[in-house]
Amino acid sequence: MANMAASFTPVDDDLYREIILDHYRRPRHKHAVVPADRTVEANNPLCGDEIDLTLRFDGDDVAEIGFEGRGCSISQASASMLCEAVAGLPADDARMLAHRFRDMLKGEGDDSDIGDLEALSGVRAYPMRVKCATLAWNALLQALDSDDTAVNET
Amino acid sequence: MTVTSAPALDVERLRRDFPVLQRTLHGRPLVYLDSAATSQKPLAVLDAMERYYHTSNANVHRGVHTLGNEATDAFEAGRVRVAEFIDGDPSGLVFVRNATEGLNLVASSYGRELLRPGDRIVLTVMEHHSNLVPWQLAAERAGLEIAYIDVDDDGLLRQEDVDRFLQPPTKLVAMSHQSNVLGAINDVAGITRRAHEIGAVVCIDAAQSVPHMPVSVRELDVDFLAFSGHKMCGPMGIGALWARPELLERMPPFLAGGSMISRVSLERTTWNTVPHKFEAGTPDVASVVGLVAACDYLDGVGLAAIHQHELSLTRHMLDVLDEVGEVTVYGPTADFDRGGAVSFNLADVHAHDVGTILDREGVAVRAGHHCAQPLMRRFDVAATARASVYLYNTHAEVDALGAALGEVRRVFRV
Repeated sequence: MANMAASFTPVDDDLYREIILDHYRRPRHKHAVVPADRTVEANNPLCGDEIDLTLRFDGDDVAEIGFEGRGCSISQASASMLCEAVAGLPADDARMLAHRFRDMLKGEGDDSDIGDLEALSGVRAYPMRVKCATLAWNALLQALDSDDTAVNET
Repeated sequence: MTVTSAPALDVERLRRDFPVLQRTLHGRPLVYLDSAATSQKPLAVLDAMERYYHTSNANVHRGVHTLGNEATDAFEAGRVRVAEFIDGDPSGLVFVRNATEGLNLVASSYGRELLRPGDRIVLTVMEHHSNLVPWQLAAERAGLEIAYIDVDDDGLLRQEDVDRFLQPPTKLVAMSHQSNVLGAINDVAGITRRAHEIGAVVCIDAAQSVPHMPVSVRELDVDFLAFSGHKMCGPMGIGALWARPELLERMPPFLAGGSMISRVSLERTTWNTVPHKFEAGTPDVASVVGLVAACDYLDGVGLAAIHQHELSLTRHMLDVLDEVGEVTVYGPTADFDRGGAVSFNLADVHAHDVGTILDREGVAVRAGHHCAQPLMRRFDVAATARASVYLYNTHAEVDALGAALGEVRRVFRV
């Protein structure tokens, strides 16, 4: 067992891809939008991931979106990538993207043409971590579709 | 209860008693370093439970047939055996599902019912939620004040808080014997002596100590002590609360139903004798049989020897973590007595990411807040990884942890 170091997996990691580590270490849109039209606090009490999502509409468009929170690289990178992908989108497109993202992690639908978000598809092979990746997206759907402000994953 | 000069364990022989240790994870040998969450089970325990169901299964304390009598004998003999394991009077031994249920029993039937508004209960910031939240509920309902003993940066109880809070109007002290996060071992005997001087009772969460070292409720002189079977090589779903029988006499029932009554009428019901007053409904007899087998197994190996072995593994682990680099350990690191749970973080990598990468390398550790969120806040962390050892772990497995943490550093470029 002492020779495990000799059999390390290759640098090209199926889960922790470069872009995920980059968003984890240099999160985009990591701030609260003030004033916000919607604020959603999303928690995964099982593992302690926290995402507070704030957004402002301009007509039917998501004019501004930001997040605050703490947690694992997957949850935080996913939130950062979400904000980057959704900022400026019409609400309907943002909603569709959220559903496509969730489908991708369920292994359903077509994940081509989903841009950088495809980098998170590696999470599929780690069932315990799927909720980390979807936490921010569930918060987004809540923000788009309801006035409730809390998402609790269990 | 000193732990000097215990004979070394024949770990390779012991490992053969635990079938699950033969399996592989992702093509690598399983390195199970999560025994603080639950221990693995030896064949002796699995066989005893199967034998019970094959030969003697019946409900207890009911009816007159032979199987019922055998099941009752097994259950009551189990009470005597488990009480003996912690050196306590069997009439104070209540079977519960786990330490959590035992602690809830004390918080409800003693804390909420027998303490008075204005009384103070003292806890510590290192408590598992199971020895924290029940007391918060009891305090809210009974109008009790709660004071918390803080820990220093090494995870040891702050003496000035002990001195400050072990004064009137404190009526109860509830604390862990050994921290599930820090591995720190608290001076239960010393604190109990001081609590008794001011007329307070002491309730100990021993979930992390009873499996790992000799524990005597008589020597510690505590009033309540709860532990779980599944962390001590026994099955899940069974645990025990030991309490001074005279306190159990004074306490109202916790759960009500069959077995716990003496006589029931529509107008008035009287309670069964102690400890049966606290055992409502059909108990998990097979798990009691399994727990007895676990007590026999652990005594056969020797608790003092187990503790010495874990201490040796833990010291090695602290050295290995130091060699890995970029690791912060939460808890005592000086060269003294401590338990075999070591919490740590690696650079800016979140504990869940550490846990995922270690799992890929075959190494199972716990990652998260360990049901101790106030303690996480005390150390200003969201989560930690925790490696914990038991009698079946080897120094080579600790080396494997170190190698796997090297992989974390490589993946996260730290």
